[in-house]
Amino acid sequence: MATHDSAAIPDRTPGPQASGSPTVGPVPLSPARLFYWSVARELWESRYIYVVPLIVAGVFLLAFGLGISQHSFASRGGGGRAPLPAAIMMQEGFHFAALVLMGAYLIVAVIYCLGALHNERQERSILFWKSLPVSDLTTVMAKAAIPLLVLPLITFMVIAVTHGIMLLVASAVLLAAGGDVAALWSVPLLSIWAQVLYHLVSVHALYYAPFYGWLLLVSGWARRAPFLWAILPIAAVMIIERLVFSTTVFAHVLLSRLAGGPVALPFPGSRHMPMQAPTLANVGAFMVSPGLWIGLAVFALLLAAAVRLRRYQGPM
Amino acid sequence: MAVIEASALRKSFGATRALDGIDLRLEEGRILGLIGPNGAGKSTAINAILGLTPYQGELRVLGHDPWAARDRLMLDVAFIADVAVLPRWMRVSQALDYVAGVHPRFDRAKAERFLAKTTIGRNSRVRELSKGMVTQLHLALVMAIDARLLVLDEPTLGLDILYRKQFYDALLNDYFDRSRTIIVTTHQVEEIQNVLTDFMFIHRGRIVLTCSMDEFEARYAEVTVHPERLEAARALQPIHERQVFGRSTLLFERIDRQQLQQLGEVRTPGIADVFIAVLGSP
Repeated sequence: MATHDSAAIPDRTPGPQASGSPTVGPVPLSPARLFYWSVARELWESRYIYVVPLIVAGVFLLAFGLGISQHSFASRGGGGRAPLPAAIMMQEGFHFAALVLMGAYLIVAVIYCLGALHNERQERSILFWKSLPVSDLTTVMAKAAIPLLVLPLITFMVIAVTHGIMLLVASAVLLAAGGDVAALWSVPLLSIWAQVLYHLVSVHALYYAPFYGWLLLVSGWARRAPFLWAILPIAAVMIIERLVFSTTVFAHVLLSRLAGGPVALPFPGSRHMPMQAPTLANVGAFMVSPGLWIGLAVFALLLAAAVRLRRYQGPM
Repeated sequence: MAVIEASALRKSFGATRALDGIDLRLEEGRILGLIGPNGAGKSTAINAILGLTPYQGELRVLGHDPWAARDRLMLDVAFIADVAVLPRWMRVSQALDYVAGVHPRFDRAKAERFLAKTTIGRNSRVRELSKGMVTQLHLALVMAIDARLLVLDEPTLGLDILYRKQFYDALLNDYFDRSRTIIVTTHQVEEIQNVLTDFMFIHRGRIVLTCSMDEFEARYAEVTVHPERLEAARALQPIHERQVFGRSTLLFERIDRQQLQQLGEVRTPGIADVFIAVLGSP
């Protein structure tokens, strides 16, 4: 081959003219592009990531529509107390819709993470993925982006659309019953949406990140039954701690993180986590809370371990 | 410039030495067959070359350390592991989109042209395709990548003869040129004998014999010996003797063809027969 030109060509020169030397060759595509296609392929493979939230929203809306039409008839029969309860009921309904869809998010996230690095080994397709110029880091990051980035966004959009449909359905029902819809539209939907988005990003994505990191690592490591392998070590640590030190620190740490940590401690007797408004003070307090950064550091370690593990892993 | 340079390549799994000191230099434009029984170390060697497994010793593939730079290496290397590695949930169109998305040297139009010659539908999922069709799809993807090294590890395992023949025909006619290099392992050695430019016997993690096909044809000859010439033939010290339809077929190494023609019918032997002769009976 052309040895005369190989020395002069810089290491990153693209194109076939660089083929004279083994150290030069095509330029890898931008990391953003590789990441984009890696996420796209996750969505192709696991369509439930967006199908489940849509189905849950559909079922919820159906129940809401049936419920509100009955309720509206009942309140008309009870006489003359439509406007204010309707607004309160609406606000409760919005929160409940958000709660249900956030629950769906968590379930989907757990199922997804446990399969993310397991299925490709089981079906041997890891050999196909590894035959392409995509690094293990990019692949694992794209998989981690599903619970951390894609699911919060999908969940938020589905919640917002669900809220919109609820408002329209409720207005139609109320109008048909001869009620006043102004009160319904006085519900501060934008600030509810801001709360929902902030809650999704701060608690369900960032604060829960170490859980997703753990599940991803187990899914890359376990040869079978990743769900059991995710649970058993945690249970073992709790039991050993209880037996040896007679303490329950580990359990408390986990429960407090599941509850949203000190930033979003549930009110006593509350049915669900409170959602903070994304005020400057709240966001500031969250950003400087050690819990957030400790969690993210643990997440980074778990993810690094998952990346390293994938380098060594082949089909099972 | 060598495409692959390995020296003292070693790899152990526990007490088993899968690679026990491999030295190898593969030049550009060759088609190398790696031949050996199951567990000989072929797949381990290929995994090391592809950056799928760590190893001891020196290994450079296109100037890269494969284990340290697998993703970078895959810009210039394509491989087909075996028939069943394409994700079963994937649609044909998605496979094209994805490879086009992540590989700068993928020529989508070329892959489409190749697929147009098959009956594979763009909307089909891999799980809906027959084994032969999955191989055609994988070959279409790989042949549209302008790679400098193509690695095929049992690419036609489980395929019927028609698809196997098509596979190698496509590879030779539409893909291979002197600037590309191919490594192939297969159990169907006879089928690729005329495809190879070089071959290498691997046994218990070591290279037993490495030989170009030109050299092979000059070096080995197989003679179906006339019964009355058998003693004379045996005196030439054949490296192997076997019975075919009641007649003795003797394998000779480095014996003049003119001399052999006196003894009977002379042919170029199959690689598999030489393999058995070199390693002793199985």
